Amino acid sequence: MATTTKQKVGWGSANVLVVLVAVIPILWIVSLSFKDPASVNDGSFWPTKWTWDNYSGIFDTSEFTRALINSIGIAVISTFIAVVFASMAAYAIARLDFPGKNVLIGMALLIAMFPAISLVTPLFNIERNLGLFDTWAGLIIPYITFGLPLAIYTLSAFFREIPWELEKAAKMDGATPFQAFTKVIAPLAAPGMFTTAILVFILCWNDFLYAISLTSTTRARTVPAAIGFFSGSSQFTAPTGSIAAASVIITIPIIVFVLLFQRRIVAGLTSGAVKG
Amino acid sequence: MADIVLDHVTKRYPDGALAVDQISLEIADGEFVILVGPSGCGKSTTLNMIAGLEDISEGELRIGGQVVNTMAPKDRDIAMVFQSYALYPHMTVRQNMAFALKLAKTPKDEIDAKVDEAARVLDLTQHLDRKPANLSGGQRQRVAMGRAIVRDPAAFLMDEPLSNLDAKLRVQMRTEVSRLQKRLGTTTVYVTHDQTEAMTLGDRVAVMRGGVLQQVGTPYDLYAHPLNLFVAGFIGSPAMNFMPATLEEGKLRTKLGDIPLTDQMRRAIEESDSGREVILGVRPESFEDAALVPSENAAHGVTFPVTIDVVESMGSDVFAYFELEGGPAESAELEELARDSGRADIGADKDQIVARLDAETKISESEKTELWVDTRNLHVFDITTGENLTHAIDLRTDEGGGNGAEFPQATPSKEPAQAAQGAEAAPLRTVPPAAGG
Repeated sequence: MATTTKQKVGWGSANVLVVLVAVIPILWIVSLSFKDPASVNDGSFWPTKWTWDNYSGIFDTSEFTRALINSIGIAVISTFIAVVFASMAAYAIARLDFPGKNVLIGMALLIAMFPAISLVTPLFNIERNLGLFDTWAGLIIPYITFGLPLAIYTLSAFFREIPWELEKAAKMDGATPFQAFTKVIAPLAAPGMFTTAILVFILCWNDFLYAISLTSTTRARTVPAAIGFFSGSSQFTAPTGSIAAASVIITIPIIVFVLLFQRRIVAGLTSGAVKG
Repeated sequence: MADIVLDHVTKRYPDGALAVDQISLEIADGEFVILVGPSGCGKSTTLNMIAGLEDISEGELRIGGQVVNTMAPKDRDIAMVFQSYALYPHMTVRQNMAFALKLAKTPKDEIDAKVDEAARVLDLTQHLDRKPANLSGGQRQRVAMGRAIVRDPAAFLMDEPLSNLDAKLRVQMRTEVSRLQKRLGTTTVYVTHDQTEAMTLGDRVAVMRGGVLQQVGTPYDLYAHPLNLFVAGFIGSPAMNFMPATLEEGKLRTKLGDIPLTDQMRRAIEESDSGREVILGVRPESFEDAALVPSENAAHGVTFPVTIDVVESMGSDVFAYFELEGGPAESAELEELARDSGRADIGADKDQIVARLDAETKISESEKTELWVDTRNLHVFDITTGENLTHAIDLRTDEGGGNGAEFPQATPSKEPAQAAQGAEAAPLRTVPPAAGG
């Protein structure tokens, strides 16, 4: 199908527009993070005076570094557990017929749609009684709960894509159902697992609501919550520069993650399995 | 090595649909049996039940004398080749072929030796380190075969293994499969919907329709003595011609004219008391250009005038198509066959008759001519049950210029006609001289 010049120009400008809408706020934050506190409100898009002070400032105290460690630890553990459980559940949903399957799918959807804010108070009380308040586990558990539905839905879509005959072939080759899963299905679903892992990681990484409600000290406070506790150099200066610098820093792991795995995500690993 | 016995095996799905109805079939050790039938006839379900991929609802399945109804596929010691090949895309050819042996915890050097041997047999040695995605269709098919043969299993199950190949390669691989099976001598059950594959590959062929086994026998047996209308129409290409006929005064009144019946045939039909309305089946090769019939044979047949619509010359034969006055023969079986062959979809006239004539013939299109039909090679079917009333009669075919007993060529390709050696003998398998090249 030949594209006309008109189409090219139309699509091109639409793409440029979308990219600009997405990129400008990011550039703005980056720009803010390099601005001198005095020139934050100068209205210029680019810093007139470049400075690293904002970055060195947030690392001056242990407040931010501690939050960063919490964030990484909590997000990685939650993601790992959620993806492991979700891959089993998704495999069952995609491949098996069992009583209560629709109930399971319905429940997962229900959890995903449940307004998180309505659970904060009960969770707060439960965790205080159980001694989970302000601990890593206190955040990991709700993150797994909310990460699972997302992971199950994404993964079952991936599992459905894998030709069922591969599993039959594995069975005929003498594999137990568990071997068929670990040696044939899971490697093929790897791109799906990475995609899911990234989605769940971002979900945990970005969460503010639980992070602020279920923590009280730097013991388990994650970066999004910690940023809220930043203060300016005096009572009357806003910590804009520090917040911008912290935001840039917590965006970096996500970008690295996606860049690292994007080839695996995009790769059509199943090509050649069956006639195609 | 093992025999496989299906004893009234039935598959009923939870929704009540009956996929396979009481199939009983004994497959001897080392035998090559083909399950053939139109799509949805239950042949793949039967294969999956033998494999253990589907549960058996009723009946008993024995492999090597042992009841395996509830045994997991991995414990049945059978290998399967899938229609889609189902190669593991993340493994190299070597890993694909070694997978089963690795799971069985075979020592590493033994695995290597077996894989190398299988790769040599299948001409895959230089591809061992490639991934399936980088192989051609034929190579993938060979890897799938290799994965099955390295295990040296009790039986091979093949589910339309050639249907994803293009026509030329399919003919080549067909010979390859046949040679491999002979060489290994492993019991093989092969599912196909292609009657040519069924006729050329199998020691015995089992024809299925709607979950019911119609007839089991050697390819020649099915061709020469079909038990019913369905088998008669399914086996053979071009297919058998059917037309309505009426039994009157010891003669068959047909659109071809009155056909006198031999005593044997008359007796067989009368004994069955199936009424006067029957369906007559005539193989395309039972026709001949009247001008070419030797005088000593003329008495065995009937000559009738026709106008030929289309003439297709194959070099070795000439196919002549013509239509007869009056409506076509009608039965549920014939309708199913028409659907299966696609004739129903293209709206082709059902009472079109195909005649396979000697290449010497001078007939041409839209010309009035005379054809001769050999009345010794007729099949008469009951119009309601579809049963072949004459199947037990030994058709004498020795005098018809050798045309009668020969399998027709299935497609206008370069395959050799498979000469049958008699009712009981397996067809002679000839290797096509580098088919297609």
